[in-house]
Amino acid sequence: MERLAKILRKPVTATLLAILFGFIVGVFVLAIAGYNPIAAFNSLLKGIFSKPKYIATVIIQSTPIILTGLSVAFAFKTGLFNIGSEGQYIVGSITAAVLGYTLHLPAPLHIFVVITAAVMVAAIYGGIVGLLKARFGIHEVITCIMLNWIALYLNNYIINLTFLKKPNANAMYEIQHTAYTTILSNWKTSEAGLAWLKNHPAIQEILLRTDLNIGFIIAVILVIIVTFFLYRTTKGFELRSVGFNKDAAEFAGINVKSNIIQSMIIAGALAGLAGALQVTGVEPHRISSLAAFENNGFNGLSVALIANSSPVGCLFAGLLFGGLLYGGSSIQSEIGAPSEIINIMIGTILFFIALANIFPILANKLKKRGGINVK
Amino acid sequence: MLNSILLAINITLLYSTPLVFGAMGGVISERAGVVNIGIEGMMTIGAFAGAAVGYYTGNPWIGFLAAGLAGGLLSLFHAVASITFKANQTVSGIAINFLGLGLALFLSRIFFQGATMTKPVPNNMPKIFGTLDGTKHPILSLLNIDITVILALALMILLWFVLYKTKWGLRIRSVGEHPAAADTLGINVSAIRYLCVILSGVFSGFGGAAMTLAVVSLYSPTAISGQGFIALAAVIFGKWTPIGAYGACLLFGFAQALVVLLGGTSFSYLIPSEILSMLPYLLTIIVLILFVGKSVAPKSDGIPYEKGSH
Repeated sequence: MERLAKILRKPVTATLLAILFGFIVGVFVLAIAGYNPIAAFNSLLKGIFSKPKYIATVIIQSTPIILTGLSVAFAFKTGLFNIGSEGQYIVGSITAAVLGYTLHLPAPLHIFVVITAAVMVAAIYGGIVGLLKARFGIHEVITCIMLNWIALYLNNYIINLTFLKKPNANAMYEIQHTAYTTILSNWKTSEAGLAWLKNHPAIQEILLRTDLNIGFIIAVILVIIVTFFLYRTTKGFELRSVGFNKDAAEFAGINVKSNIIQSMIIAGALAGLAGALQVTGVEPHRISSLAAFENNGFNGLSVALIANSSPVGCLFAGLLFGGLLYGGSSIQSEIGAPSEIINIMIGTILFFIALANIFPILANKLKKRGGINVK
Repeated sequence: MLNSILLAINITLLYSTPLVFGAMGGVISERAGVVNIGIEGMMTIGAFAGAAVGYYTGNPWIGFLAAGLAGGLLSLFHAVASITFKANQTVSGIAINFLGLGLALFLSRIFFQGATMTKPVPNNMPKIFGTLDGTKHPILSLLNIDITVILALALMILLWFVLYKTKWGLRIRSVGEHPAAADTLGINVSAIRYLCVILSGVFSGFGGAAMTLAVVSLYSPTAISGQGFIALAAVIFGKWTPIGAYGACLLFGFAQALVVLLGGTSFSYLIPSEILSMLPYLLTIIVLILFVGKSVAPKSDGIPYEKGSH
């Protein structure tokens, strides 16, 4: 009893149970709708794990939402609800696409310039939210929602500029090869590379059939940096104390307003990095017209919530989310069940995450009962 | 000139009506102390239910009511989580958004032969002057707005009256401001909050149907794309009051009307349509900076109530 109570009190337990419930509800909904749930989950798992290239694709698809998740989680720590990571992601990708195409620089420098510029523009975009909140008291949720739409229309404006628009396409020109962050992008299509890869089929499949890029590595490094920054530095402590209790932080001499702005700048930078890495690392290496949001930022919101705003948690939640989104499409193609079952499952997981605090309550009840039994 | 003005009013009301329903849903829930970020999902399920039931029954009114029912049912999850289980209301709201969209598309595929959109409904919600048979009167046809516009206005007035002029409204507001005090006076905090969250789902569901049974006549995945979040912004913009939120929705609809009207004139050669489309969003931010400023939520908004706490 005592041990069960202890396990129940750990936050990770609640998250894992929530994920389990998500799958259980998925099984029930599929069964009610007349599909074979076992076949459905079989194709889901096969769509994620059965080939090296599938696993690689999941990792590639998870990268942007790990970073936007990190962005949202970071702002959360300062008590800010960054629902604007969607827009910050978009301005990051616009900057990367425009500079990636227009600039002509040698390879490593080009990548550096493109990514730095994208991160800075997105940081400013996030900073606007913080500034308007600190200076005029405007709720960050409103500004974020409005700026998301402004970013979407800005994207559509940019791709229609005559010197950027690709003829007969609803998209911009691709960026220069020098700005690609794809791993071994030149070598893998060279003769020597192709010859070597022929003898190593697994690696060949990953390198040639997917857009394996440096994004995931950068995401992992950033998870570590953000964790260190938040929990091991004075600045991180300041930011967290503003989120924990604004009035107490102010009383302790912390400048709440400037911390709000700084937090949003960093959150924006992280989301912008996600956009830049997507453009530089993944085909078609360009931005296209957006009829609606692609949800890279909004999914980051869910990732951060599943992760309970823990940076390390974002890494795993992002992979789970990426896996579900990518594997979900094979449910549709293989057994014909609507892939929207994935939305229902994610919704259910989030719903039980929201209920997470019932587990500690349950633990306390168990413990009490255990105590009585001992007597 | 008169025609342009009437057209502007017409488009303003057209765009703002679904938002108004959603925003009223947001107001009633948050005034009772439950943050509702799931308006989008509740509007989505309402939009689907309205169009689907409207298609199968042929009666838009039954569809409209079904939309309210669907929104109410979905909001029940949010209510159970945030009131009974004292859950994190933001997370629960985001979950509702996923569930609303997921269920709408899932059910659509089942009831409409694998398609993610419904078939067009045979009858839309009526216009206030009916179909205006034969009369091609330009002014009269511009004044011929959807009945949902009137319903939205009526809902706003009703909500304002209930919140500020009746003892029920006083109870709702006290539960949102200081639930412990309300509790000591014998008000059932949980019951009031349940009622308000469910009503918020019903209103949002109506908002979805105001889209798919009046503005367009079928449900598609893009029918509700962000209106719930704009409605949420309108609630905060309007400082959590029915009139304020209604005004915010109108402002937003008016900016959309400007986009449509200016887009068809010589003005559009000067400013590209994409830049013009930013207007509603930019205008909202500018108005907030210049006139509205800080908005303060009801004191206990988002905080679960534990009996015995202060």
